[in-house]
Amino acid sequence: MGDLTGPNSGIVIPPKNGAKLVFDEYNKTNPSVKIELVEYDSQGDGSKAVGLAQQAIKNDKVAAMIGPAFSGESAQVGPVLEEAQLPSITASATNTKLAQNGWKYWHRILPNDSVQGPGIADFIAGAAASKNAFVIDDKSDYGKPLADAVKGQLETKGVKVTTDSLDPQESDFSSVVNKVAATKPDSIFFGGYYAAAGNLLKQLRDKGVKDAKFFSADGSLDKGLIDGAGAPNAEGALVGCPCYIATADVTDEKVKKFADAYKAAYSADPAIYAAEGYDAATVLVEAVKAGNTTPEKINEFIKTVDLAGVSKQVKFGANGEVEAKDIYMYQVKNGAITLLGKASEAKLG
Amino acid sequence: MFSDFINQFWPASIDGLAFGSIYALIALGYTMVYGVLRLINFAHSEVFMIGTFGAMFVPFTLGIDSTLTGIALVGVILAMIVAGMLASAGTAIALEQVAYKPLRKRGASRLAALISAIGASIFLQELFALVVIPGVFDRPERGRIQMGLPRLMERSELFSIAGHPVRVDQVVVIIAAIGMMIALDALVNRTKIGRGIRATAQNPEAATLMGVDINNIVRMTFLIGGAMAGVAGALYLISYENTNYYIGFLFGIKAFTAAVLGGIGNLRGALVGGIVLGLVENYGAILVGSDWKHVISFTILILVLMFRPTGILGESLQQARA
Repeated sequence: MGDLTGPNSGIVIPPKNGAKLVFDEYNKTNPSVKIELVEYDSQGDGSKAVGLAQQAIKNDKVAAMIGPAFSGESAQVGPVLEEAQLPSITASATNTKLAQNGWKYWHRILPNDSVQGPGIADFIAGAAASKNAFVIDDKSDYGKPLADAVKGQLETKGVKVTTDSLDPQESDFSSVVNKVAATKPDSIFFGGYYAAAGNLLKQLRDKGVKDAKFFSADGSLDKGLIDGAGAPNAEGALVGCPCYIATADVTDEKVKKFADAYKAAYSADPAIYAAEGYDAATVLVEAVKAGNTTPEKINEFIKTVDLAGVSKQVKFGANGEVEAKDIYMYQVKNGAITLLGKASEAKLG
Repeated sequence: MFSDFINQFWPASIDGLAFGSIYALIALGYTMVYGVLRLINFAHSEVFMIGTFGAMFVPFTLGIDSTLTGIALVGVILAMIVAGMLASAGTAIALEQVAYKPLRKRGASRLAALISAIGASIFLQELFALVVIPGVFDRPERGRIQMGLPRLMERSELFSIAGHPVRVDQVVVIIAAIGMMIALDALVNRTKIGRGIRATAQNPEAATLMGVDINNIVRMTFLIGGAMAGVAGALYLISYENTNYYIGFLFGIKAFTAAVLGGIGNLRGALVGGIVLGLVENYGAILVGSDWKHVISFTILILVLMFRPTGILGESLQQARA
């Protein structure tokens, strides 16, 4: 479940494709229990997502869910799934608070924003050697806490931080841009999704804010960032993500096999969260293979699973969080997003 | 905080003027239709949205992917404005014929027309997201994703005020918007059609008795209001270089606010309201932060309406002297 057709669907379609790949492969082997993938298009809207979740539980009687994709809708759908005792694995919602509800049927296959934010902040203060940062958020359940986490960590590192917020529904960010221009920061962090990030970056560069490095996080890790900002403006922009994107030059055998299968099926390279979606679906397939077909049994299986996924070693803690905690940095080079490496190790070229 | 205001005053003023001009052009459509029909045309936001796509169609068909200069640039910009006007005016007239005229003929209440407007608005948004953007603009499955315009015009600095650069595109937007306003003002105050519009606004029955074809006047009103939204759409696209199917929503609300702020039914009020709103938003954002931008604009609206219930300029279209 997630935003499959809305303005930010660019970061939800790849994990869906990744998951579909697993189910298709599994069903091709003609198992005794086939898995049917039902798609729910919430368009990222929490109220729609709740309605769809009820439909999934009552009418479609699904056994497990991958999603919801975004943090806002996850917060609203979580209690519904919990009451219905339906296990879920999100491959992209990174809000920290989701894990603090005591939900027993909820799982997250990537590190959350309290890991992501400081990870990126360490990179800004460390590898990028920033002294004066400007942190902007989009006021969403995702962007605000993430930006706050970045701000907090930057301040403990002794970086001067100025903040402002914008409304992602709008297309004119001039009031924020003017404030940034007046502050003259050497780095800018934006907590929000790529549609707004692209427009913001373009307007910043047009206003003459040319030297400050532009940082963002997983919500902006999409080609839409480059399309929105224009390739020359986006050049050099840095994006952190708790996700692992298989780029063309990977050497790991398993990752390569996944990347090739993905490319063969969708004639595109795996994009953001595709590997996480793939891993989430793999967990569910393994559950079914082990003879678990009811929601209750699948949930029990997820709790004990420990398998080598494409993105990471998949093992969930008691609160539903995955145990691996790596953040990766990506950079826009020659109009394409390329992997720099783990945030803790990567260097700026 | 106060030093921030001084530092950012000029860039905020220029951005506010440029954005306010776009609000003002859209506000004209609300205000004209209200003046003549006493109807808030809530589907006008979609008329603007379609204007941006009409303008987008020109560089898209020509396959432009690099910046232009000289005659070519001027030609493309003019073509975009005309295309935006045609698309928007066409939509506005179709709206009038399909969504309002049948209701008016049967003497339905204004509330019925309001619901009809909201329905038309949702219909047009989804039509673009599902059919037009994927089909016409060759973006299958990406109808809901923001569509970008390649950079047409180099963003060079034209001159600077107090050390703050003023870019070419901002000047183009402000000049074009004010030019359209002057032309429209002349049209309404000096031509036969304009007299018809004013007469219908004052008293539709008397106007009919004097030989004014009301249906024709209503059509003209929608056409002119739509064309102005089309200009706004083209100017928006040129300066912000992106659009999407739901772009009209926020613009619609803001432009409607601008129309009420200036005095609904009053053409010059729409201009004043739009520019005041654009400036206030930007100044307010400096003082209390951009998160409060919308709060500030609507607080100003409420304050103005408390002390001047008819808006800043007040005097409405039907009271304007002939």
